[in-house]
Amino acid sequence: MISTHLPVLQVAIPLLAAPACVVFRQATVTWLLALSVSCISLLISISLLWQAFTTGEIRYELGGWAAPWGIEYKVDVVNAFVLVIVSGMSSVVLVYARESLQHELGIRRIHLVYTGWLLCLTGLLGITVTGDAFNVFVFLEISSLSSYLLIGLGPDRRALTAAFQYLVMGTIGATFILIGIGLLYMMTGTLNMTDLSQRIPAVSHTTTIHAAFAFLALGIALKAAVFPLHYWLPNAYTYAPSAVTAFMAASATKVSIYLLLRFFFDIFSESFSLRTMRLNEILLITGVIAIFSMSLVAIYQQDIKRMLAYSSVAQVGYMVIGIGLASATGIMAAILHLFNHALMKGALFMALGCIFYRLKSLELNDLAGIGRTMPWTTAAFVVGGLSLIGVPLTVGFVSKWYLILATLERGWWWLAVLIVASSLLAVVYIWRVVEVAYFKPAQDTEVNEAPMSMLIPTWALIAANVYFGVNAQQTIRFAGRAAAELLGLP
Amino acid sequence: MHTALVLTLVIPLVGAALIASAHNQPNLRESVTLVTSVLLFMVVLYVLGQGGSSAEVLLATPFPGLDLSLSTEPLGLLFATVASGLWIITSIYSIGYMRGNNEQNQTRFYVFFAVSIAAALGIALSANVFTLFVFYEVLTLSTYPLVTHKGTEEARRGGRVYLGILLSTSIGFFLVAIVWTWNAAGHLDFTDGGILKGHIEPAFLPLLLALYLFGIGKAALMPFHRWLPAAMVAPTPVSALLHAVAVVKAGVFSVLKITVYVFGIEFLYETGANRWMMWVAATTVILASLVALTKDNLKARLAYSTVSQLSYIVLGAMLVNSVAVVGAGMHIATHALGKITLFFCAGAIYVATHKTEISDMDGLGRTMPITYTAMLIGCLSVIGLPPTGGMWSKWYLALGALNADQWLMLAVLMLSTLLNVAYLLPIPIRGFLYGDKSTNAAGKTINEAPIPSLLALSFTAAGCIVAFFYAQPLYHLMAGIFEH
Amino acid sequence: MTNIGLYNYWIVFLLMMTGLYVVIVSTNLIKKIIGLNIFQTSVFILYISIGKVAGGTAPILAEGYKVYSNPLPHVLILTAIVVGVATTALGLALIVRIHAEYNSVDEEKIYQNDPSD
Repeated sequence: MISTHLPVLQVAIPLLAAPACVVFRQATVTWLLALSVSCISLLISISLLWQAFTTGEIRYELGGWAAPWGIEYKVDVVNAFVLVIVSGMSSVVLVYARESLQHELGIRRIHLVYTGWLLCLTGLLGITVTGDAFNVFVFLEISSLSSYLLIGLGPDRRALTAAFQYLVMGTIGATFILIGIGLLYMMTGTLNMTDLSQRIPAVSHTTTIHAAFAFLALGIALKAAVFPLHYWLPNAYTYAPSAVTAFMAASATKVSIYLLLRFFFDIFSESFSLRTMRLNEILLITGVIAIFSMSLVAIYQQDIKRMLAYSSVAQVGYMVIGIGLASATGIMAAILHLFNHALMKGALFMALGCIFYRLKSLELNDLAGIGRTMPWTTAAFVVGGLSLIGVPLTVGFVSKWYLILATLERGWWWLAVLIVASSLLAVVYIWRVVEVAYFKPAQDTEVNEAPMSMLIPTWALIAANVYFGVNAQQTIRFAGRAAAELLGLP
Repeated sequence: MHTALVLTLVIPLVGAALIASAHNQPNLRESVTLVTSVLLFMVVLYVLGQGGSSAEVLLATPFPGLDLSLSTEPLGLLFATVASGLWIITSIYSIGYMRGNNEQNQTRFYVFFAVSIAAALGIALSANVFTLFVFYEVLTLSTYPLVTHKGTEEARRGGRVYLGILLSTSIGFFLVAIVWTWNAAGHLDFTDGGILKGHIEPAFLPLLLALYLFGIGKAALMPFHRWLPAAMVAPTPVSALLHAVAVVKAGVFSVLKITVYVFGIEFLYETGANRWMMWVAATTVILASLVALTKDNLKARLAYSTVSQLSYIVLGAMLVNSVAVVGAGMHIATHALGKITLFFCAGAIYVATHKTEISDMDGLGRTMPITYTAMLIGCLSVIGLPPTGGMWSKWYLALGALNADQWLMLAVLMLSTLLNVAYLLPIPIRGFLYGDKSTNAAGKTINEAPIPSLLALSFTAAGCIVAFFYAQPLYHLMAGIFEH
Repeated sequence: MTNIGLYNYWIVFLLMMTGLYVVIVSTNLIKKIIGLNIFQTSVFILYISIGKVAGGTAPILAEGYKVYSNPLPHVLILTAIVVGVATTALGLALIVRIHAEYNSVDEEKIYQNDPSD
């Protein structure tokens, strides 16, 4: 039956559709193809999530080869949840991308952009779905290479240097991961994640395993832009095309955070990662520094896309703190924030894309008066910003609530105060934009609202921000189960 | 009953939508505002009439075990009645004020006004701390556009202070306190006698109480009172709404509600956790009155007077006995009536003369007799002199201080009453008795303010006097808190 | 003696550090790519050398051979080499575009042209 092949179809369909885009060439056809493939992926991932949630883990042997020899795909609530985030965001942003990309890039061979997009999607979904450590590396490189390409296409020439910078950093990160996986293989003789988790405890005292852990931690943290390894991210996000930034911000770093969770809690055990290697202290300290320093840097940016890019690094800090708390609630808060942050940053970057579409600039001063000339776009930005701040009835509040709850459970309420204090910095950088947008007179009153095909997906995400803020039951259930699975709790 | 509770939120929100859609027809827009406010008041009165039966309505369940729900209890009903009743009067007043001044963006003004009232009612009828917090934040955000209405640099600066202090205290302290409470007690529902007893180490209680009281920045306890004078840049109807009805009263109302239904006054009394905060409130009462003495700008003086009066209510809550809490609850209503009258008068004077400084207003009482008579009554009510309603709330507050054997607190109340006399009475005295300046700078003769404004301020002034003779219902409503 | 016996690791280590050093220090973008290649190659060698079993031959079933080297790391590294080639190609393509835009492949000169960063 086809339903038993869902895990592989999840990856195979976008992979096959990518070269098909090259064949069809015509812009609209390739866009439709990419969009429909992305939507199919979304449907598959939703059904996978539901299956994993109701009947438990799904295992799939690629090509019929049994697990230790062949590659195994393993779907549980943790990665099914991430699959839904990635494919869902890709679908929404693709609806938006057609008008946005055409306008920003204005190139004839736009079908190649969709090819790159689909390859990136393949890679991200592959990393998430696979149960094989080496396969992770392969998919990681597929997604990375295509994302270097997508970023390099940005309208400003600095996009090229940003992409190159990301290429160098990303390759170093991926190679670190490769070294880590190699060292693990040396000691255990397997690449299957389940087998790895069973065999590591016997050799976990060796230096080799410690070194493997260190390489993996650094490599993944680099890809996830965990402070202070975030250097590539602000440039890459700032200069990439708007649609690409929205997609990347909502999916790429999320998948890396997933990898972090998978490796540290599932493959290495929680006690090894956090107690023996004392990763939690490092995560907590870097996380706290990240949420403060990066929010402060964001306040001083003149380019608001760069401002949001720095804010993304800060937001990764919240997830890192959640992981560092090393409790079921903390990890649940991190996973919740994975989803919630994808919603809010996706929406915010899409709103910026709408603004760029009309104004051709994202400098703060050029935004004067857009509250009047582009009311819907600006309202979307405000609601997204409120969500980022963590105002009640938005998703940002849900993550913040659980993060604070997790710190209080530990009795570390100095940390709770630090977390809420840092979210006030978000008020400052969002409100700088709000004031300029609403209270300064418009320089150019001829500016119109962005086209519907861009506004509707933006508002769809904004609506999701509010919907999942008012009714977070389902996301909390998934995140709670995912955290329990990672920690091996019933 | 359930429908009526939901309607209290739906009516103002639908009203806001209708106002927004009628933005091209000022007359229709303003009629919608009035009709909505009257409808809302009727619904609230209906709910009040059903007082005995307490109903609970579940709006949504964002998190497992954490509901957005509404219910009725005496304190909330009082606040809901005050807020919705004064909305009608404020609407009438704003029509006169906004038209008289030809203000910009009037539609935005009426829309956010309606949204703020919805938020205030949400706070009044909230069934748990979480719901209260949600509407509290909605109120902060929906009043921001009102504060910055003028859009000038000064208005923006005022708005920044307003939003900055209210958001940072609510997120920095209030939210932490709520999560802490949830973690300790397991739920957040307002319950008679409190929910914390037996769930928290008494040693931590003063800290939690401080987090709540400072976290509710709208109660303007020093040192988090700066937003209130800063928000004075708003048009006068907004100041009236903000500083007499919705915002500040939402703050002290939350303080009262949390003291009574989360901590429980017996529990606070047993542990003595209230002492520190009692002193903070007393200090605010005195200091704010002293600052008010130094202000020549009429609205600034009224703002500091509000800061001081709000702390009466917090002080009443911190005296932790039933008489003081009843007094505090009554003070919400009587101060609202008195202070809104004073703001209406300030606005009327501004519309008629464009004067803002008290020293420029000598002799105005003779040309604006109605306004100044209302102002005199408002002053008497805020000071707490008969024949005005303000007397009763002060009476019960003083009685509460006696009951608690807090002689110093009684002294604070008396001293601040003297200070009230010193900073409030000179305003009508100068107006009636000092030399005549009844022409403005351009040499034009000054007339009374527009009719709608006069109507509104006479009505609230009359309300102050009525509250003196018919204080019984108010007292019975408040005493209902302790009937269980 | 054991330290010298594991000489393959020393070579890997040396190449890795050389590669990283070149990436970090060089301002010439092409040299950066070369450094990256050396860095990646060191990892390839790591994988290849761990697959070697002392005394083993290539894993082809034949008479007279009992001990075979482990083929799996070698297969894996074929994939990694392909990835490395793709990375190099993309990096060079980006450099071509950068050169067209900035007329230089030197990082310092490029950033002088875009002082805002």
